[in-house]
Amino acid sequence: MSSMPISHPGRTVEWNLPSKRRVGMTALIAGESAIFTIFVVAYVFYMGKSLSGPTPAQVLEVPILATICLLSSSLTIWRAEKAIEDDRMGTFTAWLGATIALAAVFLTGTALEWKKLIYQDGLTVSTNLFGTTFYSLVGLHATHVVVGLFLLTSVFIFSLFGWVDSRQRERFGVIAMYWHFVDAVWIVVFTVVYLIGR
Amino acid sequence: MSVYSLPVSQIDPSTSASERGTFLERLHGWVVTVDHKRLGILYILYSTFFLLVAGAEALIIRVQLANPYNHVLSAQVYNRFFTMHGTTMVFLVGMPFLFGFANFIVPLQIGARDMAFPRLNAFSFWLMAFGGFLLYYSFLGGAGLYGVGNAPDVGWFAYAPLTERSFSPGHATDYWALALIVSGFGTLGTAINIVATIISMRCKGMTLMRMPLFTWLLLIVSMLTLVTITPLTAAQFMLLIDRYLGGHFFDTQAGGSSLIWIHFFWIFGHPEVYVLVLPAFAIANEIIPVFCRKAIFGYPAMVAASICIMFVSVSVWAHHMFTVGMTSVSNAFFTLSTMLVGVPTGIKIFNWIATLWGGRIRFTTPMLFCIGFLFQFLLAGLTGIMLSVSPWDWQLHNSYFVIAHFHYVLVGAVVFCIFAGIYYWYPKATGRLMNETLGKWHFCLFTIGFHITFDTMHFLGLLGMPRSIYTYQPDRGWNSLNLIVSVGGLIQGVAVLIFAYNFIVSYWRGEVAGDDPWDAWTLEWTISSPPPVYNFEEEPEVHSRRPLWDLKHPGDPDWEYES
Repeated sequence: MSSMPISHPGRTVEWNLPSKRRVGMTALIAGESAIFTIFVVAYVFYMGKSLSGPTPAQVLEVPILATICLLSSSLTIWRAEKAIEDDRMGTFTAWLGATIALAAVFLTGTALEWKKLIYQDGLTVSTNLFGTTFYSLVGLHATHVVVGLFLLTSVFIFSLFGWVDSRQRERFGVIAMYWHFVDAVWIVVFTVVYLIGR
Repeated sequence: MSVYSLPVSQIDPSTSASERGTFLERLHGWVVTVDHKRLGILYILYSTFFLLVAGAEALIIRVQLANPYNHVLSAQVYNRFFTMHGTTMVFLVGMPFLFGFANFIVPLQIGARDMAFPRLNAFSFWLMAFGGFLLYYSFLGGAGLYGVGNAPDVGWFAYAPLTERSFSPGHATDYWALALIVSGFGTLGTAINIVATIISMRCKGMTLMRMPLFTWLLLIVSMLTLVTITPLTAAQFMLLIDRYLGGHFFDTQAGGSSLIWIHFFWIFGHPEVYVLVLPAFAIANEIIPVFCRKAIFGYPAMVAASICIMFVSVSVWAHHMFTVGMTSVSNAFFTLSTMLVGVPTGIKIFNWIATLWGGRIRFTTPMLFCIGFLFQFLLAGLTGIMLSVSPWDWQLHNSYFVIAHFHYVLVGAVVFCIFAGIYYWYPKATGRLMNETLGKWHFCLFTIGFHITFDTMHFLGLLGMPRSIYTYQPDRGWNSLNLIVSVGGLIQGVAVLIFAYNFIVSYWRGEVAGDDPWDAWTLEWTISSPPPVYNFEEEPEVHSRRPLWDLKHPGDPDWEYES
């Protein structure tokens, strides 16, 4: 190892770079946004173009409770983030549990809605264009909720065993970013499917 | 006054035969590796292999078209061959080459020890490898339950409703969609990794405006990839929903639209062209200054132009669709936005020429390929401007003129720069130089073959020969031109075989390169060739765009000229 010393007149600067995990998650969210954009565009494009029924106005009910639950889960996960940053692990576990419960209510709401649509209204993916685009867009979002729920539940189990502390706050912050994204996407899906499309 | 140093490695990383282990142990080491350099090499080997495969497919296509009413391939097999040729070249050659270079070089250029997420990196490679395997397995497994179909035969753009279950029974189209979904996830993972690496892993002092241009362009390409490959994945999921769950996205019988597939495909497809060509620019940005012995001309303008291209490229896709019958407003918009891409691209070409201007040019093989690239890319850009004019495109859409245009970009620019990059960084990866004489033979034959093939194709297009036809009547006046195109293809094939020979044999017989065979200026040349596993013994600190120049010329460092 030989190094050639060079005098340099420059200032000694502070060298801080953004966290690689947050940058990585931001990049993933950018990519996911493009996937959702394509599905939303397809939904909007095919609005009212089904050749046969049932139509959205006949069968869809606005899922108000599920929406309130999912959106408030953003609030609870934010409280959990604050708690892990201050190393208040009991509070963290409680808020995390609340988030999981709210997400579970949301998914239950989706499951009941789909059960009604399939068994009462006879709407499946192959019924008409509405069915195709509805199940794929809402299903894509629900898949993301399931992935998020899996991540949150893993952290919850770890924290019950006491394996999580403030050293993991950045990792948990990345999961929270993903969760906020899933919630934000629901605002778009909700607006397009249940407000504009109905 | 602060004192800083760049570490110049003197540890000899070469090991004795006993330390390297048995063949099986070494193979195991390569399979489980998370080292960015090994993954980069795996990517390059993988895409070189598929370059030979898809090149062979192209040659068989050209043999079929050399004479009218030829019977080398049947119509069905011909369709499979051009589909596999296109799909392979874009997804299994172009993209893995770009990620191979990115993987190997980016961490070295920014003074990092590895990528941001090494395990994600390995996972992405194996996903992509599996995608390629899946695509080619269709030759065996694509027959499906009904005994219909083989390799995909729907064209690399797979227009609906041809891809629907009723028109493409069997599993060939499913292999196409699944293979690209799998390799698409690999691509997404690698793009995330490169973005995170470049933003968060730079060594001390390497501000954004001191990054080597190669790294800059790979950052831009990766950001573009994030929003480019994902729409294709989404559209392929829709296709699979149609084919397996009875959905109606592209089912025109049930009110679905085939047009929306074309939109979705080209929303992916056109930015994809820039995803492929920007790494070519990146390679040229490194090689041209080094072999002109000058710093790159207009560094900030190069960065700005690349960012411009990234933004404009996502708003030009429908210039592939002038003949589907869009409104005049759409036609005008996409004509103008396509022409607009010519502005930042022109800035780049002028900057490269200004870099060449007054330089002491060394005509080594990498530099020759870069000069070929400059010349050919200019012509490709000009035919691109011609095709962006929608009335002109109405005449020539789906003709050999379009084929000639995009092969001019993808071969004349991208493949030329890939060859340049391989000749340039081969000594860094292996410790040995590739043979220069064989390299020059490769360059000359490939350039001659390239021009015989693709210059002639323009005229075939102007004479009205459409793409994707498996044969033609002898009275069309295309006979001799087609023969010339095929002969050019064979010459390129010979050139690529010389390259492959050189590539393999130089690993054992090449001249020992040393750390810095080209007298270059970026960080990867400060460490030994091949680099040690840990890359840098201590984290380097840089104060200009050319840290190794500063080290070699302490009396005249770059930072005195850079603000």
